[in-house]
Amino acid sequence: MRLTGGLIFITTVNLMIDRAGGRRGRGPEGVGLVGGVLLRGFGWRHAGRRAWAVRGVDLRVEAGERVLLLGPSGAGKSTLLGALAGLLPEDSGEQEGTVEIDGLDPRKGRERVGIVFQDPETQLVMARCGDDVAFGLENRGVPADEIWPRVDEALHRVGFPYSRDRHTAALSGGEQQRLALAGALALRPALLLLDEPTANLDPAGAELVRHAVAGALDADTTLILVEHRVAEALPLVDRVVVLEPGGGVRADGTPEAVFAAHGAALAAEGVWVPGHPIAPRAATAGPGDLLLTADRLGLPPRLGSTDLGVRAGEALAVRGPNGAGKSTLALLLGGLLRPGSGRVTASTELAGADHSTPPHRWRAPALARRIGSVFQDPEHQFVTSTVFDELALGPRRTGQPEAAVKETVAALLDRLRLDRLAAANPYTLSGGEARRLSVATALATAPRLLICDEPTFGQDRRTWRELVDLFADLRDAGHGVVTVTHDADFVAALADRTVTLHRAPDDQR
Amino acid sequence: MISIEPVAAPDAPLARRNPVAKVAAALVFSFTLLATLDPVAPAIAIALELAVLPLFGIRYRVLARRAWPLLLSAAGILVTLVLFAADRSGRVLLDAGPVLVSTGVLLTALGLVLRVFAVALPGVIVFATTDPTDLADALIQNAKAPARFAIGALAAFRLVPLLGQEWQMISMARRARGVDAGRNPVAKLRLFASTAFALLVGAIRRGTRLAVAMDARGFDAGTPRTVARRQHFTRADVLLIAGSAALAAATLTTSILLGAFRPLIS
Repeated sequence: MRLTGGLIFITTVNLMIDRAGGRRGRGPEGVGLVGGVLLRGFGWRHAGRRAWAVRGVDLRVEAGERVLLLGPSGAGKSTLLGALAGLLPEDSGEQEGTVEIDGLDPRKGRERVGIVFQDPETQLVMARCGDDVAFGLENRGVPADEIWPRVDEALHRVGFPYSRDRHTAALSGGEQQRLALAGALALRPALLLLDEPTANLDPAGAELVRHAVAGALDADTTLILVEHRVAEALPLVDRVVVLEPGGGVRADGTPEAVFAAHGAALAAEGVWVPGHPIAPRAATAGPGDLLLTADRLGLPPRLGSTDLGVRAGEALAVRGPNGAGKSTLALLLGGLLRPGSGRVTASTELAGADHSTPPHRWRAPALARRIGSVFQDPEHQFVTSTVFDELALGPRRTGQPEAAVKETVAALLDRLRLDRLAAANPYTLSGGEARRLSVATALATAPRLLICDEPTFGQDRRTWRELVDLFADLRDAGHGVVTVTHDADFVAALADRTVTLHRAPDDQR
Repeated sequence: MISIEPVAAPDAPLARRNPVAKVAAALVFSFTLLATLDPVAPAIAIALELAVLPLFGIRYRVLARRAWPLLLSAAGILVTLVLFAADRSGRVLLDAGPVLVSTGVLLTALGLVLRVFAVALPGVIVFATTDPTDLADALIQNAKAPARFAIGALAAFRLVPLLGQEWQMISMARRARGVDAGRNPVAKLRLFASTAFALLVGAIRRGTRLAVAMDARGFDAGTPRTVARRQHFTRADVLLIAGSAALAAATLTTSILLGAFRPLIS
């Protein structure tokens, strides 16, 4: 009796799989695709780490479900996606429990899964767009005469606006991510994994990618999405799963149910839960003395002629479309690039007797004492091998005695929640930790003026709120704060004044 | 900035040849020339190379811009030999203390400079007329190179132009942190080394991420790959290699007949 039941069950499952395969046109890969996920007590510890990246996860996702995977930084979301994509080699760590896709070990069922990562630059393999989409098809052994029709179909599905011959280097970040999505979709995955695909993009680029995802998914494709920005992700999903940092699943259900029960706690832990606005920090006093003046400042063809004054006790936001030269302006004001035309002048308030020399000709220690610069990619800034040394570097270079250096570093570690990480290597930090460290290093030399390029890119709500508070405190203590940013919420929360750059009309890019 | 894009007219008769055939033809020609030390053979070879340039669709001005590192190395050879050459025979042209310039020195230097040009130009021509993707495809399909190596190198190659921007960003970030070398040459060297190290760390991290993304799209799956872009190795490609061998042989023969031939191994 049991045996018969089992046989009937197996036959039914086989039929279902066959049907699913038939519906998908049963690709040359020769597998029926369904896309169901089953995790039982799953855990993974990377080789050489003491802590488990993810642990005790029980989860079943049926074929065709759309799941948003949430959790505070460090809850193991990316590791979980890596496991589902079969990208954790058995010898690269220790596994607990099981993970299955349609009953298979993901390492053996790779052709069922497509994944898109965060960084567009390191996902594209080939020089031409069409070749890049074809790359996966070649790897899977799709017959040559089927490749180009499938490439064209995938490019069409993501709304790719250029021809196959377009160079991948000529694409914007949003376009590159759409191409990466096409590369994943061309393989017709039953399960699509998206690991914060819009975190490195400006709002317009992020919107393009979300639009492409919404339009490109088949009704029966399973989707698991990791994304901090919940409001933007909600139209794509019908279920929310929250991972608990210590292990296990904290909540699982419809978005309404999960956020009603756990919304406030998640918001406090850094998830961008809708309906939890952050209070703006207006200036407590008016702006003070002039610190820096840009006079018909430009660097053709990156930046057209710009006039600007930066004051103490003022938070100034610089906005504008991609290609308008915002980052270039930040580097020029920071004394890191030589102006192509016009000039940058420091006031005596900022530079004392040195005010007659333009900032780009100051010696580096003098510059670091007056103007701090925070780069868009925090990793560019790291020079030493521990967080402590990283913070101590600036004060030491500017000639502070060692006792004062220790004091400065201790205060910054505490202020930016990095004290637990003093001995860690800066390159091993998470995105939020790296951002906080890069801001802290710029503050270590107590510069009067702080210039930041996209400080809130890809940050969770908690770090974001801390940055607003930190910059507001600096401003209210009489520092000048300039932020180059696409983040409208950040501008609304902090900026006293906004300058908008426009793309130069003769710019042909 | 190193340019990696082909600069030739893509439909020129020889530029269109199979990349593997072009590389083979260039290697045959260059290696034959290495056999002699005289200045005549390389001079003839350079004349031939410049003569076939239009068939590859390269304009002379473009070649000059591409080949400037060669000019630099030529100048280097001249200076080194004038200062340190062992053979000081021939009529003395200039005698200024340790610097002794004779006709013998100049002749040796001229021979070496011509050799550098004659041997390097075929390679410059091949890479100026070949798309890296086509080369990788042809290496896999016609020369049976492992795909893991050829495609991996191609993907890494695509990231090379980024290194220049990255270097600039790292240098500026260091200046912002209060790190500069001023006029101290030792500090300059240390700053250079630490910047290079940061660049390397960044490159490895990027390479790792790229490798994971490639594996996620089945690059390491072990399934036999198919090819989206067929590369054909035709009779014209065989003729290109044969023609190159014939021209190289003719060059050496002329040098021998003129009595200028000086074998590398005698």
